[in-house]
Amino acid sequence: MGKKDKLIEAVTASVLGFFAFSVGFLFPLLTLVVLFYESLPAISRFGVIDFLTGATWDPVAEIFGALPALFGTLLVTFIASLIAIPVSIGIAIFIAELSPQKLKPVFSTAIELLGAIPSIIYGMWGLFVIAPLMADYVEPFLQETLGKVPLLGRLFEGAPTGIDALTASFVLSIMIIPFMSAIVKDSFEMTPALLKEAGYGLGATKWEVVTNIIIPYALPGIVGGTVLSVGRALGETMAVAFLTGNVHQIPLSLFDPMTTITVTIANEFTEADSDIYLSSLYYLALILFILSFGLLMFARFFILGRLGKRWGAKSI
Amino acid sequence: MALKNFIKKKETETLAENKGVKISVRNLNFYYGTNHVLKDISMDIHEKKITAIIGPSGCGKTTLLRCFNRMHDLYPGNRYEGEIILYPDGINIIGKNIDPIRIRMRIGMVFQKPNPFPKSIFENVAYGLKLKGIKDKEVIYEKVKDALEASALWDEVKDRLNDNAYSLSGGQQQRLCIARAIAPEPEVLLFDEPTSALDPISTAKIEELVVELKKRVTIIIVTHNMQQAARVSDYTSFMYMGELIEFGSTEKIFTKPENKLTEDYITGRFG
Repeated sequence: MGKKDKLIEAVTASVLGFFAFSVGFLFPLLTLVVLFYESLPAISRFGVIDFLTGATWDPVAEIFGALPALFGTLLVTFIASLIAIPVSIGIAIFIAELSPQKLKPVFSTAIELLGAIPSIIYGMWGLFVIAPLMADYVEPFLQETLGKVPLLGRLFEGAPTGIDALTASFVLSIMIIPFMSAIVKDSFEMTPALLKEAGYGLGATKWEVVTNIIIPYALPGIVGGTVLSVGRALGETMAVAFLTGNVHQIPLSLFDPMTTITVTIANEFTEADSDIYLSSLYYLALILFILSFGLLMFARFFILGRLGKRWGAKSI
Repeated sequence: MALKNFIKKKETETLAENKGVKISVRNLNFYYGTNHVLKDISMDIHEKKITAIIGPSGCGKTTLLRCFNRMHDLYPGNRYEGEIILYPDGINIIGKNIDPIRIRMRIGMVFQKPNPFPKSIFENVAYGLKLKGIKDKEVIYEKVKDALEASALWDEVKDRLNDNAYSLSGGQQQRLCIARAIAPEPEVLLFDEPTSALDPISTAKIEELVVELKKRVTIIIVTHNMQQAARVSDYTSFMYMGELIEFGSTEKIFTKPENKLTEDYITGRFG
């Protein structure tokens, strides 16, 4: 290798290293710094605990509490995951193991294309198609059936408007399903053929191989895919922007209008007419940032680390 | 027609039982798509004996082995022709109406590389028993212990049955896979180059074990290692380009082969 080649190599390595460092470390850190700096006025005015537990969001009186938006974010994410996890695992099992060989690429591509639809379109579809359907058919039906069950019925009280926590969660789940099922499908397909054959060789049925061998083997991938999707759901704005109702209240029923952190920021940023209003929105953004980041870190180091230990060496 | 078949079947059955035949392969042809992989193979597998299948790479020996437990059914584009009769009941393994799952419960398999499940040592061996529907914990424990003893692993693992199977060495893992295969008490055990991923000491242990196991089951072993075939087997079949060139007692194949190709192969002139 000539001197010139060595020089080129060194320059390339340092340029690429710089980019990797900026994107992977510097940018998130700077974002965090800016968010923290901008939310300082709100932090000093409302504190941490009071802001997180404050249920009032009153721009006129300049009293801001994050609880309704925070609770809304967590609620919508939780219900969306509840719907998306089993559906995604089902789709992944179907594509990876059950569908005819020739149709596999067709289904895979279809699912991936679904993931390429811009989220605002999911939002419009939710508003114009799903919300009326929910209001006219699904929600009255739920009230007639589950609404009659003691305690559980509390979740289905109120006027079924279609613009509420349930619809927002449903549309959000549809949005994350392609993403989640693609990751889960990939981890299913990583199961070594030799391991599956070991099961079949003992006389296991397809179902037994899927449940006893493939799912346990792919568990880290399933958990990873779920966490990434939940992270995406936490930060998703446009899909739910039309569907929450934008009301700063803690929804006691799934049919109550509510709001999320992202929707609040998107809707109110241009209207924030006082410094403390703007600073409170930054404060919300900071909370969301920490929430998403914390979730990913937790998943990366805690869940996957423990799973890895339990399953030992993965490669055969 | 039915009567004729019945008589014919009866005849071959008694004939086979007299000779102690466990599996009889008759005019077996196997295709992958349009690829004709196995060509008109006929041979008898003798009960509680070891039959080795040898031949150069790509000769179809593993393909033949995987016909016995219908492993090809897992992948699209396969087609069997002919018969593989399994005694004592005389069913055709590759018959259209035969459930491959039933076959695989009667014919176990050990693979090229150790492939334990990512579960505990105990769970690995117990898995086949659970598939058979055995629920009694004491029965499962006894059978697991018996299988681990039979595969010469019990003394090494009895104090760590709940450890992950991957904590074992490669040779131990392969013996664990043998224990897993024999725990449900299959009638036939298929070995697909079981020592190709192992060191010489582990290989010797596995070979010893295979010979020991023929007291319990009929064994068919595919190997690329001729010395191994000579050391362990009672019968040897030599395959070349998808055809069965010669089949006979191991002694005869290795000392007085009838076919020129067989002679060339075992004397190392090709392969």
